[in-house]
Amino acid sequence: MTVLPKPLAPHQPSSRSAHVRTRLVVTVLLVLAALVAIYLLGSGDVQVSPGNAIRAVFGAGDPADVLAVQQWRLPRVLSALLVGAMLGVAGAIFQSLTRNPLGSPDIIGFNTGAYTGALVVLLVTGSSAPLGVTAGALLGGLGTAVAVYLLAYRQGVQGFRLIIVGIALSAMLTAANSWLILKAELPQAIGAAQWGAGSLNDATWGSTLGVCVAAAVLLAPCLWATRPLRQLELGDDLAAALGLRVEPARRALLVLGVLLTAVSAASYGPIAFVALAAPQLARRLTSASGAGLGAAAAMGALVLLASDGLAQRLVTGGTLPAGVVTVCVGGLYLVWLLFREARRT
Amino acid sequence: MTTAHSAAGTGPGQPADRLRAEQVSLGYAAADVITELSLRIPDDRFTVIVGPNACGKSTLLRALARLLPARGGSILLDGKDIHSLPAKQVARVLGLLPQTSTAPEGIRVRELVARGRYPYQRLWSSWTDADEAAVAEAMAATEITELADRLVEELSGGQRQRVWIALVLAQQTPLVLLDEPTTFLDVGHQYALLNLCRDLQRRHGRTVVAVLHDLNQACRYADHLVVMDAGRIVAEGAPATVITPELVERTFELPCRVVPDPVTGSPMVVPELK
Repeated sequence: MTVLPKPLAPHQPSSRSAHVRTRLVVTVLLVLAALVAIYLLGSGDVQVSPGNAIRAVFGAGDPADVLAVQQWRLPRVLSALLVGAMLGVAGAIFQSLTRNPLGSPDIIGFNTGAYTGALVVLLVTGSSAPLGVTAGALLGGLGTAVAVYLLAYRQGVQGFRLIIVGIALSAMLTAANSWLILKAELPQAIGAAQWGAGSLNDATWGSTLGVCVAAAVLLAPCLWATRPLRQLELGDDLAAALGLRVEPARRALLVLGVLLTAVSAASYGPIAFVALAAPQLARRLTSASGAGLGAAAAMGALVLLASDGLAQRLVTGGTLPAGVVTVCVGGLYLVWLLFREARRT
Repeated sequence: MTTAHSAAGTGPGQPADRLRAEQVSLGYAAADVITELSLRIPDDRFTVIVGPNACGKSTLLRALARLLPARGGSILLDGKDIHSLPAKQVARVLGLLPQTSTAPEGIRVRELVARGRYPYQRLWSSWTDADEAAVAEAMAATEITELADRLVEELSGGQRQRVWIALVLAQQTPLVLLDEPTTFLDVGHQYALLNLCRDLQRRHGRTVVAVLHDLNQACRYADHLVVMDAGRIVAEGAPATVITPELVERTFELPCRVVPDPVTGSPMVVPELK
């Protein structure tokens, strides 16, 4: 026997109780991310206790602690959290639009395109100024997105076409990237390859402030995005019959997802698999249907922060890019996903 | 049951028949499917559209629901061009259940039905008691209240179709359009669904339009029957006056006799032996 809080209500309104579970999952994920963040702020060459680390964030305590926490570690932690959140949301948007867990921006070529843009700046112009690389990556990512959209366009864009075209374009760009690297001088090639793995090693307050601004600008419209995304999951005809302007809504969502991906890749390189895995992991935890942007953001933040923490500690000297760890985590997830799908059919 | 549609239910000065097609031409890509078709959907009636495959009946239904722009002529809702009205406003007057719909993976019945409330939601508005009441009422009318917390993918075809109808009912529109709602259902569920459609019209006062395949079901349930062929309306009116052996043979290339349905007296099409 279960005790109902209100005997009058035979069912809890599921639209509300589903929200309760989602909120709980988001809260737990955020608490976990905060704990990992505090641990990462405190550990390293200068060990700081968790309490002192929190105090140091606000500039209080031992000046050496404040220097290590505020100047060395905080930008990196903040960047990981925000970029992870942006990637999680971008993945959720694309997977929902394409109705396919493989329809995430890192699979359909946007990351590869951003890498191409960065490589052109790094190797062809020979400049390694961060601003130039960022601009190159941004243009490369956006350009690829536009190309995929146009090539996949046939009276509106259908999910599966987008994925196939994206994978094809991604393969071509990968070949171009390899060629660019092979042609380069060794030191430049190493630097370029490092960038291509996606690393937070170079996080500074300069780059972090850029990420903060981008996250504020791009994550705010995501509050609007959830409802249209949910309606689009019902199919174009039903979504339209329920009063959604389908093509404008889809285009706005695509632009939002592309910008989130491109900004992330431009900041710290194409960090793979967070956009693929975070929304799916979040969905399994919330057991909600469809896109949960909040849960995907929280999961993305936690995954990238933990991956970056692992990357720093797995190899002493801290040169392992976070992207390598996310590829391993995401790869394991992908294997599991394929295994599960194969068993089901 | 009279089929001469009266002006009952419409206010003074307001033209009867809220939904009309006037000289409308429709098509996809290069070809026109329908040219200069006019049709009035009688208010407070159950209208059924029949016709052979590819005659344009689904195209017409999609256009009536604002999903397809007219290439010529116009679709009028309450006397105004339907494309001049905001999408959400139309969606509060007119609901459509498309031929095939996909439920998102992992969605539960009540949650899916709740998506029918989209036309009433604004950017910052939250779920209201009116939304909750509309969803509960829609589930009660389609007898799926017991299934509210089940996963949609676990349901049988008949149950699932009821869920989709509930979604359209939760939209609380005076006009309900259904595109081949009985496809994929076994014969028992087909009749259950048609009874439900008739109830929507008779008991809940909705104007219902459905595209159906089965002529005998159409004759039995329709107040107003529209027969289409090659993008044209070839006959319309009460089934008893519309359905003749000549019409069926001409439209469906099916030699047949038309006899009174022993249960309802409506016309029943019995194919000849070849």
